[in-house]
Order: sequence, then structure tokens, then C-alpha cells
Amino acid sequence: MSDVTASHRWKIEKGLSGDFIFKAMTVLFAFSILVILMLMLYEMVSQSLPSIRKFGSHFITGMDWDAVQGDFGALPFIYGSVVSSVLALLIATPLAVGTALFITEIAPRRLGGFAASLVELLAAIPSVIYGLWGILIMTPWLQQSAQPFLQKYLGFLPFFDGPAYGVSMLAGVLILVIMVVPIITSITKEVLTAVPRSQREAAIALGATRWEMTRMAVLPYGKSGILGAIILGLGRAVGETMAVTMVIGNNPQISLSLFSPAYTMPSVIANEFAEASSPLHSAALMHIGLLLLVITLIINALARLLLWSMSRGAARGAKL
Amino acid sequence: MFKNVRKSLLALAIMATAAVAGQASAATLINGAGATFPYPIYSKWFSEYAKVDPSVKFNYQSIGSGGGIKQITAQTVDFGASDAFLSDAQLKAAPGKLIHIPTVMGAVVVTYNIPGISKGLKLKSEDVADIYLGRITRWNDPRIVADNKGVSLPNQPIVVVHRSDGSGTTNIFTDFLSGVSAEWTKKVGKGTSVKWPIGLGGKGNEGVAGQVKNTKYSIGYVELAYAFENRLPFATLKNKSGHWVEPSIKSTSAAAAGAAKHMPADYRISLVNQPGKDAYPIAGFTWLLVYEQQKDKVKGKKLVEFLNWELAKGQKMASALLYAPLPENVKKMVSKTIKTIKY
Repeated sequence: MSDVTASHRWKIEKGLSGDFIFKAMTVLFAFSILVILMLMLYEMVSQSLPSIRKFGSHFITGMDWDAVQGDFGALPFIYGSVVSSVLALLIATPLAVGTALFITEIAPRRLGGFAASLVELLAAIPSVIYGLWGILIMTPWLQQSAQPFLQKYLGFLPFFDGPAYGVSMLAGVLILVIMVVPIITSITKEVLTAVPRSQREAAIALGATRWEMTRMAVLPYGKSGILGAIILGLGRAVGETMAVTMVIGNNPQISLSLFSPAYTMPSVIANEFAEASSPLHSAALMHIGLLLLVITLIINALARLLLWSMSRGAARGAKL
Repeated sequence: MFKNVRKSLLALAIMATAAVAGQASAATLINGAGATFPYPIYSKWFSEYAKVDPSVKFNYQSIGSGGGIKQITAQTVDFGASDAFLSDAQLKAAPGKLIHIPTVMGAVVVTYNIPGISKGLKLKSEDVADIYLGRITRWNDPRIVADNKGVSLPNQPIVVVHRSDGSGTTNIFTDFLSGVSAEWTKKVGKGTSVKWPIGLGGKGNEGVAGQVKNTKYSIGYVELAYAFENRLPFATLKNKSGHWVEPSIKSTSAAAAGAAKHMPADYRISLVNQPGKDAYPIAGFTWLLVYEQQKDKVKGKKLVEFLNWELAKGQKMASALLYAPLPENVKKMVSKTIKTIKY
């Protein structure tokens, strides 16, 4: 009798300790992410302190980036990053959502599967390959064909003004579009596949055409998921370094024209960090890294907010 | 049977690995880090030197001059390497006395893309500065035309290309421009990355060369070795003594020979715009950085032995890799400097 209780208790204890270990480990792992983030933030702030102290808010509004004089302002880089990413997303989103809809709704299953695997292949190509393609093939094409064409027919707009060098904000935007489309497409595809059959069948039963079904039953259901996909795409666009550096022209200026060269935040870090000439220069580059982190956090927070308000709206809709 | 063969092959492989590993651990390992520009010649030297003295192994990380200076200052490596000499402040930041050992020289060439003019464009140094300042904007500017009699220069805007990444090449080039133009000194100055008044930025030599190749009527600057390997057109420049000089290994060495008379004992000298009939105006040393007082007796001895070998034998390998070797008078000075290293 006592033997049985002993073994029983032993079992419980073992079970408890297993549970305890499991819990402890998951908590540890979860917190380690938080700790790593905190450490990174601490390290970046402390490394960029000389720049923060010296320039303060001038760093965000300043237009000059002069390592020789020790004067650093990051506005052209912030502008370049924000404009290139937002424009890339504006072009990439309809393309990507359209592709995903084609794969899930329109294409025969085999063709859809083929197209889907092609898209995933695109997502797996390293960015330096995109950059090389950009500099060897895309920029000469832009310079010799696309830019003269745009200038001829749309040259009256300020966006297509100035000489055609090939490397430009336009080239940066296009390379980002190509890199972001596969990400948004593949996630949107997953989201759309997850829309229940009953949702579609109900719409069709009510006499909806395929377009009406997509518009009224499929897209609203997947709305928040698609938004998530776009945010992930934005994350990639903001952080993309190599490919953009190779085609954007690396000139810190703010110009309305898409033909003029620009510069992004990750690019200037990649370009100048290894050979930063003074401690202040390194600190200023670290400061840009910090700003990039903050901008990413803001984007994520906004996305959360948007998702939250949308899901609340959806819940209210369901109640009614 | 087949299985057995595979097994014995595996055993052999393991034995071989163990043997190699054993050998490596027996050798003295000397770590260095720094400039990317001399990496090809340094790795050639280290692999050749392994045959001379198998008991020492060099490990060199080409992380950039800035990184090399940081690491030797922090004493995480046994020697550093840099394309730019250290400032007084940087020397003071080091825990011991750092010595500059010039190893080889490099040059920067001005390359261009003008359809119909595949070689021999002549440019005065001041004109190069004014092009990069945006003062001379067209190829048929009277100042350029005057130096290129019989060449029909197009009435086209000049597209200026520069490096976007921080680099020793930019440091030498902007140093050269500062030497020939007061306005450049005042407005831009010299450095590994500067605030360019105009132009497009390309990443690396290949980025600048690619941009120049793709863009008609453009001008850029790249390392001599890169320009020669890729057969890029280059401009002939007028040097300080008023002679037209083509970039070459010989004219680069001539720049150092011209500087020998006023060479400071610590070799912290820029080789741009040196006197001498044959001296090419955009040249520079690259240096190894070592502590005068070596902490590790064995490593210090091996390092000095290597430096002596490099000076005697290694120099002869330089021109094959398109680096300019040190001229004789500078070699003699360096040999004396190496003797001051204590271990």
C-alpha cells in the first residue's frame, strides 16, 4: 500500500517538476527576447549618446551630413527611407493582393500552385542578387528607355524632372516593389486560403458573381490578415539595405523628382560604418540606427492600432 | 567491401584533419585586422611566408582601416593595417607607442566615359577639383579643351560619380583635391567619407566603375589596380612639377621617391602632389600598425622576422598584383624602423 502511494507521489512530483521546467523554460525564452531588445536599445542609446547630446532635435531636422566638419543631420535619410518604402508599398500592394487573389480564386488549382511556388522562389532570392540585377540590367534600362519615355510624356510633372542617371529614387522604389511583392503575396495567399468555404458558398447561394463574392465575402474576412502582410512588407522595405544601396544613387538630398538620387537610413549605415572617421561619426550612424528602430516601432504600433480598431469594428458588426 | 573502403577513407580523412589541426595548433598564430585595399598582397605574402617559416601563421581580417585602428588600439589584434595614418589624438588613445610601417603604395585614377575618346584625356589637377566642385560642368569647357588639342570634346554636361561608402580611396582622392584647390579645402575637406557638393554615389570600386560605364559623359575615380584589371580608360594628370603623368606602378613609386627627402621618421605623410618629374599626383602609402614594445616575446620576434622578409622579398611580388613597391631609399629607412621594435 505504502509502496503504491510512494510511486504515485513520485509520479505526481515528477509531473509537477516537468511542468515546472516547461513553464520556467518558456518564461525564460519569452523574457530573453525582451531582455535582448532592452540590451540592444540600451547599447544603441549609449553608443549614440555623443550625437544625441551634441545635436538633439537638430539631428532629425538637419539637412547636412558632413563627416569632415562633424555636422550631422539625418532628414534626407529619413525622407529617403520613408518615401521609398511608402511608394514601393503603394505599387506593391495591389500587385500582390491581385496575384494572391488570382492564385486562390481564379486560377485552376495546378496553375495556382505553380504560380504560388514561383512567388515563394522570388521571396527566397538574396537581396544582393536583386541589387546586382538592378545595377546591371534595371538601371541601364531605366536610363535609356523608361526615364526618357516618362520625361517625354509626363515631364511636365515635377516627379519626372531632371537628367536621367538610371540610379535614382525611382530605381530604389522599383527594386523594393520587386522584393516586397513576394512577401505580401505569399502571406495574403495563406490568409485567403483560410477563408472558410461556407463564407464563399453563402455568397454564391445569394446569387453573387465571382467578383461580388470576392469583394463581399472573401476580402472583408481576410482584411486584417492582408493588412498584417502589408505591414510585414513595409518592415522589409524600410530595413532593406543592400539592393537599395546599389541602385538609389546614395546622395543625401530631398527632391520631389523621382529621377534624382536619394539615400536611405540603412544604406548610410552600411556605407559608412566600417570606415567611420571619428567617434562622433560612429555615434551619428548609431543614432540613425536608433531612429530606424523607433520608426519601425511606430509603424508596428500603428499597425496594431489599425488591426485592433478593425477587429473591434468587425466584432460590433457581428453583434448587429 | 565497398563499405570497408568508405570506412577506411573516413578514418584517413579524420587522421588527416587531426594532423593538420595538430600542426596548426603548434604554430604561432599572429592576428591582424584592417584595410581592405592591401588585402590581396597581404594574403599573398602570408601564404608565401608560410613556406619560409612554417612555425608561424598569419590571420588577417580585412575589415576596413577604421576597424583596424580600433582593434589595434584595443589590443585585440597583434597588428593593425590602415590606408590612412593615425592622427595625434588617435596615437595618444593607444595604450603604447604605435609604429607605422609603410608596406606598399596604391594610386587612384580618374576614369571617364566619353564616347569616341577611349584613352589619353588630359586633365589639370585643378580642373579635376573644379569638376567635382561643380564649377566645370561641360566637357567642352575651354579649360579642358585647351589641354586636349586635336580632340573633339562634346558639348555635354559632366556626370560626376564618387564613392558612397567610406574608403581609403576617397581619403586619398579628397586629399589630392584639397592639395590643388583652396575652395575644396574650405568647402569639403578630406576624409574617408565627405559631403560631396555634387554627383552620384556608387558603392565600392565596382559601383563607381559600373556607374561610369553605364553613364555617357561621366567621370569617376577608382583604385589603379581596379582600373587596370578592368581596362578602364584613365586620364593623364598634370603633377606638381608641371609634367603630364600617366597613372602606373612606376609613377606611383616615383611619388614616394619624391617624398623621401622630407619623409618624417614616423612615415605619417600623404603622398599626394609630391614633387618629381614622374610623380603621379594621387598616390598613397598603406601601413601596418605595430606596437614598439611587443607584449608577447615569441609573437614579437616572429612579426619582426616577417617584416624583414616582406621588405627584402615581399616587395618584389607587389607589382604583379598592381601595387607599387617602396622605392629603395624608403626601404632603407623602413628597415631601420623595424629594428626599433622591442620584444
